[in-house]
Amino acid sequence: MTVLALNGVGKRFGGIQALTDVSLEVPAGRIVGVIGPNGAGKTTLFNVITGAYRASSGDVLLAGNNITQWPSHRIMQSGIARTFQNIRLFASMTVWEHLLVAQPRAGGLWRSVMPIGWADAEARTRAEDALVFFGLEQYRDVIARTLPYGIQRKVEMARALTAQPKLLLLDEPVAGMNAEEADELRALFHGLNARGLSILLIEHDMPFVMSLCHQLYVLNFGVLIAEGTPDAVRNDPVVLDAYLGTEAA
Amino acid sequence: MLLQQLVNGLTLGAVYTLVALSFSLVMGILSVLNIAIGELFMLGGYLGFAIIARGLPLPLAMAVAMLGACVVAVIIQKIAYEPLRDAPLITPMLSTLGFSIILQNVVTNVWGSDPLQLPSEMFDGDFQIGPVRIGVMQIVVIGVTIILVGAVAYLVQRTPAGRALRAIAENRDVARLLGVSVSKTTFLAFAISGLLAGAAGVLISLHYAAITPYIGVDIGLKAIAVMVIGGTTRVWGALLAGPLIGIAEVLTIAYGGSQIRDLVVYGLMILILLLRPQGLLGGARSDVGQRV
Repeated sequence: MTVLALNGVGKRFGGIQALTDVSLEVPAGRIVGVIGPNGAGKTTLFNVITGAYRASSGDVLLAGNNITQWPSHRIMQSGIARTFQNIRLFASMTVWEHLLVAQPRAGGLWRSVMPIGWADAEARTRAEDALVFFGLEQYRDVIARTLPYGIQRKVEMARALTAQPKLLLLDEPVAGMNAEEADELRALFHGLNARGLSILLIEHDMPFVMSLCHQLYVLNFGVLIAEGTPDAVRNDPVVLDAYLGTEAA
Repeated sequence: MLLQQLVNGLTLGAVYTLVALSFSLVMGILSVLNIAIGELFMLGGYLGFAIIARGLPLPLAMAVAMLGACVVAVIIQKIAYEPLRDAPLITPMLSTLGFSIILQNVVTNVWGSDPLQLPSEMFDGDFQIGPVRIGVMQIVVIGVTIILVGAVAYLVQRTPAGRALRAIAENRDVARLLGVSVSKTTFLAFAISGLLAGAAGVLISLHYAAITPYIGVDIGLKAIAVMVIGGTTRVWGALLAGPLIGIAEVLTIAYGGSQIRDLVVYGLMILILLLRPQGLLGGARSDVGQRV
């Protein structure tokens, strides 16, 4: 079963073709990575998937539904959650509030003006779970933006998870982290994956991608130039030439 | 005497606070100044007035005024804002200006352009506390304001809807990508701002025991000044700036003369804009959150 499928997706900004005929699949329960040099169109790809940009051509399918024309909030409510390359937390909110803000809202207007315990007790439970899973209990009532960088990353991931996604999009999750923090995150991602969550990630850190992903796609100048298992991609001459260079050979 | 003036200033400031909160709820999340809020306030005043003048109870007057202003606020959102949401910010602002002129004309046609007076025997009791005389009306105005501000504070700080409001105010694109519905939240912001403006209208007609179709412009502009002085990025700035401006105005009238009253209020606003553009409570620019 396929969680996410892109069929021939293209995105044009004026005269610039940012993505050309991109087709990829994220099978349920898999961790899929997209790699490629800076400016290859990786973040554009995420923005098209999440509805921040409209695809100029092609279709995006989420669990079989064509979501290409859906507004962002509907896509997010239907099972995709994402993190950002630059951490985007809200300056006025505590860690706990971040874990409530992304939750799919049950019920109508009346419920939304009740305290969370009444409005949606399950939302509260999910927030508690995410808090524990990411080990953020001690930061519960701290304004999230004041926390160290690595913790902020975790808050952002926890926030994404509380939306109960089928698919988690991670935009360079270990950027700016040291090896130890990256190892810790890898363990967390494996843990999430073991719970059945599918993950699509963009990442520059090659050892991290190679050790985490089941399947890789390589994007260069908006075109997919290779796909396969990490081992296959590592040894693909086209990829070596375009991106990995001698570093990973 | 000074103490008495402080109490009078607080009463006026309470009304300013409510109207300023009404402005800043919409301004905060959409960056759009809904100029028609001044007229929603005026409309609320007339609706409340009409009910009080028939001898019906004040809570009913409040409820009708709040609901009436809320309905019109939502109509403004649907007609004057929603179709223009992708236009430059000045465009929806101008269309709300158009709406405010329409509202003023409608009210002038229905109730006439002369000031309406409340029967003088209404709310004329008072309490003497030491040297200060506090009218029943003043207690009602301040009390209702405290209740409404408390309700808004609770809503914004403690409920899912409030978190959605804050998320969109800070970063609309990220909020949307987290599944927060911008259109639902915008609706809510307009509706609440209408409720507040309507309530404030009733309070001001009690305060002055009179109302005219032009009060919306007068108080509306002052409320905008209050919002600016408090800081447009911080909803709670109005809680500080409202009473401050109310007191400054009353003291100016008492000790300087009413002809320089507006000079002081708007002079303060310009001073704040020059010295502290983010307002009294506005944080550093970096706090506001980046745009995607």
